[in-house]
Amino acid sequence: MTITNFAQRLFAGLCLFLSASFAFATATVENYGYPITDRFVATVVGTPEGYQADLPKSIPFKKRWLNVFPERHLPDLIWYGQELIYSEALQKRPAPLIFLIAGTGASHNGAKNVNMARAFYKAGFHVVSLSSPTFPNFVTSASSTGVVGHAQRDAEDLYRVMEMIQKRLVKDIEITSYNLTGYSLGGFNAAYVAKLDDERKSFDFRRVLLINPPVSLYNSISLLDRMTQDIPGGEDNFNQFFDNLVKAFSKVYKEDDAVGGDFLYKAYKAMDLKDEELAALIGVSFRISSASLVFTSDVMTDFGYVKPKGLVLDRYANLTRYNQVVNRLGFTDYYHDFFYPFYKADYPDMSRDQFISAISLTEIADYLRSSKKITVMHNQNDIILEPGEIEFFNEVFGERATIYPVGGHCGNMSYRDNVALMVSTFTQGAN
Amino acid sequence: MKSIALRASLLTAVLFLAACSSAPPKPESAYPEPVFVADRIVPVDAIDPTSVYDPWEGMNKRIYNFNYHFDQWIFLPVVRGWEAVVPQPARSGVHNFFENFRDVRTMANSILQASPTKFFQSTGRVLVNSTIGLFGVIDVATSMGMEKPDEDFGQTLGHWGVGTGPYLVLPLLGPSNVRDGIGMLPDYMLQNYIQGDLLAQPVRATAFLFDSIDTRAHTSFRYYETGSAFEYQTVRWLYSTKRELDVEK
Repeated sequence: MTITNFAQRLFAGLCLFLSASFAFATATVENYGYPITDRFVATVVGTPEGYQADLPKSIPFKKRWLNVFPERHLPDLIWYGQELIYSEALQKRPAPLIFLIAGTGASHNGAKNVNMARAFYKAGFHVVSLSSPTFPNFVTSASSTGVVGHAQRDAEDLYRVMEMIQKRLVKDIEITSYNLTGYSLGGFNAAYVAKLDDERKSFDFRRVLLINPPVSLYNSISLLDRMTQDIPGGEDNFNQFFDNLVKAFSKVYKEDDAVGGDFLYKAYKAMDLKDEELAALIGVSFRISSASLVFTSDVMTDFGYVKPKGLVLDRYANLTRYNQVVNRLGFTDYYHDFFYPFYKADYPDMSRDQFISAISLTEIADYLRSSKKITVMHNQNDIILEPGEIEFFNEVFGERATIYPVGGHCGNMSYRDNVALMVSTFTQGAN
Repeated sequence: MKSIALRASLLTAVLFLAACSSAPPKPESAYPEPVFVADRIVPVDAIDPTSVYDPWEGMNKRIYNFNYHFDQWIFLPVVRGWEAVVPQPARSGVHNFFENFRDVRTMANSILQASPTKFFQSTGRVLVNSTIGLFGVIDVATSMGMEKPDEDFGQTLGHWGVGTGPYLVLPLLGPSNVRDGIGMLPDYMLQNYIQGDLLAQPVRATAFLFDSIDTRAHTSFRYYETGSAFEYQTVRWLYSTKRELDVEK
């Protein structure tokens, strides 16, 4: 087993250690057969193997590099981040193209994007897969400011990248139409990119699909931040909690002798699980990925968030202390003490609260209501939505929203019905 | 060539240790205080659960950086060439062939760890793959559902209670520690000994080259590609945890 493999399993296993009330649905709601009803378990376990859509194992999914800002000079500590890395899987004949945008902290070749790429490649699309603007490589190479999480600016950064890729591709392949999708924060980004495209028309997207997007980014982030408070014994007990996780994982790891197979699912069954602790774990993993992002932004902009302003760290510097500090901060801290101060000069008429609450789909609700090409897939029990927020999608999108009764946050994305809908969203009515 | 790599490791290690002094020109306290500082945020008694004993971090990070450049300019281009020139079935044949030797390594280490289960599992694999599998080129054992334990001398040392020693990034080979690095030597000697019986010297040299290329081709890790400034310590923790569990496994 390679380290990467191991890392995936370890993470998955850690996520599994603790959950409780997992139960297979005894009766399907609206004939929906996704088997996991617990929202936390669904979020972590995803889709058990037997329920996944049948997708090709290998597609020509190739990494590409793009120098978005050739003039940019990065600090030595993050010297490797000059070029944006993305991936593509191209058809050999004229075909429609689809852009995929990953969720918070996720990369172009993370599991969810790769799965979508398989589905769309199989359905005959050229696929271009992009990292989330919150992925450190995107921050260093493609964010115009280095401070991400800003709805319009992130959309502009993504749009710039997509235009550059388009310019590159049209030389070699024939593209019959442009399409766009993204999950989680990537779904949120896709909505803003679609709006931008209606003004600029570089792509004139045929269809846009938002998968499990947040409504208010700040609300969702607050929810995830608060999950770390579910650590048994409080946040100061984090080390004990973490140790227990690793121990529980190791037990499963040691007993797992199967070649391949459904490790996650087996690990889930083998572990003794409790609910709020699983939430804590989701919170912790969210925090770890946001810690990388925030520190990267801090180094890039020399803002003075956790690294003293003016202090130059070279690529060999010891970062232990900074790592410890950012691991103790939430994403909400970033919004209050980094993001807002960084941008406030550009928005002198807005208060902090106004500014932060404007990062929301409600801001562009009129556009979303009238733009018939945009559709939504969401889950009634998504963990990143405040109670009642799911109604936004019914209200704004009406018929164009498909709300599944279960699935947690993106847990059902590989389930065969979901994949079928994802694909048919883009193939229906196409020539 | 693995021994060359090891020798090079030691040499580089010595050179870097000598050259390495990373004292910052000004102490951190001379700069304006950032919004959040460790003194206020991190409790004094906090233990970092992901910490790993790494007294040679400065040197290790330099080797890590060196490995990236070696990858970029030599290793990965060669791997790409290999994948472009050699068709997939031939490549997996080569891969299986070397994996068969890894099963032999597991056999030997299972004896040293007094583990009959793993010994019989790996022996079964070697017998099947070396015969029906045409000298290991076809991995019949896996298709038959035979389990594949993976034991090396580093794990054998760990099994008998030898500590890991400091974390170590080896030139070309990547994350390791003193124990596992030393453990590579007997494993290499064993492989050399068996191959010496089977293969002529020039073939062995070629075989080693193919083995290295094949191993890199099957390792998806790319230095610095997470983009995270914390990648080094994440990899360090993952490697150390994995090895700890592998020893217990």
